[in-house]
Amino acid sequence: MDDHIERKPAKIRLREIAEKATQDAWEAKLRGEKVGWCASNFPQEITTTLGIPVVFPENHAAGVAAKGGGQRMCEYAESMGYSSDLCSYSRISFAYAALKECPELNIPQPDFLLCCNNICNCMIKWYENLAVELDIPLLLIDIPHLDAFPCDEDRIRYIRAQFDDCIRKLEELTGKKWDEERFKEVMAISQRSSRAWLKAVSYAQYTPSPYSGFDIFNNMAVAVVARGTVEAAEAFEQLAEEYEENVKNGVSTFKAEEKYRVLFEGIACWANLSYTFKTLKNLGINVTATVYGPAFSFLYDNLDELMAAYSYVPNCNVFERELELRVNDAIRHKVDGAIFHINRSCKHWSGTLYEMERQLREKAGIPTVVFDGDQADPRVFSEAQYLTRIEALVEIMEENKRKGARK
Amino acid sequence: MNRMEELLRAFRNIADNPKAQLEKYRAEGKKAVGCMLYFCPEELVYAAGMIPFGLWGARTQAVEAKRYLPAFICSVLQTTLELGIRGAYDGLEAVMIPILCDSLKGMDGNWRYSVPHIPVIPVAHAQNRKTEAGVAFTASQYRKVKARLEEIAGRAITDADIRDAVSVYNARRAVMRRFLELCARKPGLLKPSERNAVFKSSCFMDVREHAGMVSELVALMEEAPAGEFKGPKIVTSGIMADHPNLLQILDDLGYAVVDDEVTHESLRFRADVPETEDPIEGMARQVGNIEGCSVLFDPEKNRGKMLVDLAKKSGADGVLLVLTKFCDPEEYDYVPIKRMLDAAGIPAIQVEIDQQTAENAQTLTALETFRGILGY
Ligand code: SF4
Ligand code: SF4
Repeated sequence: MDDHIERKPAKIRLREIAEKATQDAWEAKLRGEKVGWCASNFPQEITTTLGIPVVFPENHAAGVAAKGGGQRMCEYAESMGYSSDLCSYSRISFAYAALKECPELNIPQPDFLLCCNNICNCMIKWYENLAVELDIPLLLIDIPHLDAFPCDEDRIRYIRAQFDDCIRKLEELTGKKWDEERFKEVMAISQRSSRAWLKAVSYAQYTPSPYSGFDIFNNMAVAVVARGTVEAAEAFEQLAEEYEENVKNGVSTFKAEEKYRVLFEGIACWANLSYTFKTLKNLGINVTATVYGPAFSFLYDNLDELMAAYSYVPNCNVFERELELRVNDAIRHKVDGAIFHINRSCKHWSGTLYEMERQLREKAGIPTVVFDGDQADPRVFSEAQYLTRIEALVEIMEENKRKGARK
Repeated sequence: MNRMEELLRAFRNIADNPKAQLEKYRAEGKKAVGCMLYFCPEELVYAAGMIPFGLWGARTQAVEAKRYLPAFICSVLQTTLELGIRGAYDGLEAVMIPILCDSLKGMDGNWRYSVPHIPVIPVAHAQNRKTEAGVAFTASQYRKVKARLEEIAGRAITDADIRDAVSVYNARRAVMRRFLELCARKPGLLKPSERNAVFKSSCFMDVREHAGMVSELVALMEEAPAGEFKGPKIVTSGIMADHPNLLQILDDLGYAVVDDEVTHESLRFRADVPETEDPIEGMARQVGNIEGCSVLFDPEKNRGKMLVDLAKKSGADGVLLVLTKFCDPEEYDYVPIKRMLDAAGIPAIQVEIDQQTAENAQTLTALETFRGILGY
């Protein structure tokens, strides 16, 4: 039997990898092993090498929100005294730590916390509170925001020292032992995954794109947290093959005519995913650029580069570099416009987007719009505002196309 | 007017007129460097013969800043950026911007395009600030800052310069701690607004001048009779407790602030810079010694324990948590801290302050009610 025909689509495999990781953590918990709650951009090389079971509160919160529980959980956290201004992922997480279960999605409760603030300092406050609330240890890898690109020696040295310190503490905490050989293996697999991820994402440069840009939101979770596993590497390689195949056959997972190609900036609105996606699809808009490709690629050739790679995630880089990534992606992936999500939850990400929007518009020569939303709290999002803004963008993109055709 | 009243008026006057202070120093031929909010290495500026100048926003309306910052960024940064765009900080050679919260992380980018004529000097502090690696990192960043300051000052900053600056700053910290202690020992001697002016003026003054004035005030406070204070005594906590309306209400309702855990106030003076052989290393170590601040990594929430202690030691009747609107580090801290205060049986209330509004009805009602709860 030809297993090429029989094999599951990459998308399913990726979903299964994510589900299996949670399942493994449950089983470990039942075996009496210690399970951690871990920040999504914490260096996975550490936990994977040590074989420490962890789950990811951000992914959990996104899952809860996508299944409709975001508002209820946020409101519960508010009843505990948390302000509705706070990142909705953290609110969902506080509610879950208090309630211990929810109908949408369950993860094991933590025995320790692994924090990394490369994406935000909100993460520090969130994990501090969990640590005090649950009376469990908290380990922080502090990755200071860059003030220039590339990452400087001082930062690399500091991150490296914390890496070593964290490994030592985790050995004590879990009784597991660090193995250099295994570490090398994990790094190699992670590189394989990252290259395959970048390759898959890059197929959006073709017109039409062989995939729907919203697929990235679902797949990137695995790219971030499970890069170090062979299963993930294989699934991403398969994803790249599928996209390549689609390009050859002129088909796409975007099931509409791709009239316009846009850059989408920011996290998806998980609680409004279907509306945000369908509105675009109905107007023939496909997302062909997001910062998730280049910014979550984690490519490195040695340990210093590994440390530096963790400071290149979105929200950690210096403004000018963040801008450059977007401009390059917008140009390379031939976008007609850009949509900026002013995410109420995410103060750093949103805090520079107005200037980013102006400069991207100018440097990439494309129209842009912003809309207000939130990644997990549906109360912040307005369907009417979103629709109006997207329609306005379409009008300009249409006008530009007409002008282009006349030239 | 007696001498104490004169001094208090002078502090207020300076606190309310930063621009006049800046112009005064410039007229004296001195250069000034902005220190935005938290824990900028002021000693290095001073060591270069320049004036560190605090940027803490102001009571005003953000209009221009709204082109850069979404409405849900805190009013401190909104108004600081607004003042920068409007030219209120013209005359500063540069501005140091730390990255201690998410909103601050975006400030350097925004500042470079909105206030292009005042260059940014980024300041990164280690959050793993008590570890040797953290100290080494903070020190490395301070050295980078030092190099930038040398360019601006047009001269080298020697270790001896830094050691001198550190000892001048530590001497001022010592006198500020005596001031703090007297505010606790003699409640009612200073009104909350007067107490605030002593702290706030420090942001816009040469450290020696400020220390001199505070020393004189402290001596007068020592002499002043303790008197019997009949009003409610509170400890304040938060990023700042500086809004003129808040201070007016506290004055009018007869509150005494007997201690604080406010970043803009006592937290800048509690921890001395250790006098180490390499003075920059000492400055980095100090960051590890600061407690009670929501933007510095605090995995055990020592802030809450410290607040309980301060309230007990100062004989306060309760704690006033002053929340700067849209400040997420403070909003996170509120829940565990309030619980710790509750567990210790210390009455506490939170009021939300927005530098951009003059609205005070809600604050007034809350503080009237709180006074009642405290039994006054
Ligand atoms: S959404 Fe933003 S603030 Fe929230 S956890 Fe993610 S990066 Fe941090
Ligand atoms: S700590 Fe709070 S008040 Fe200070 S800049 Fe950040 S958000 Fe604003």
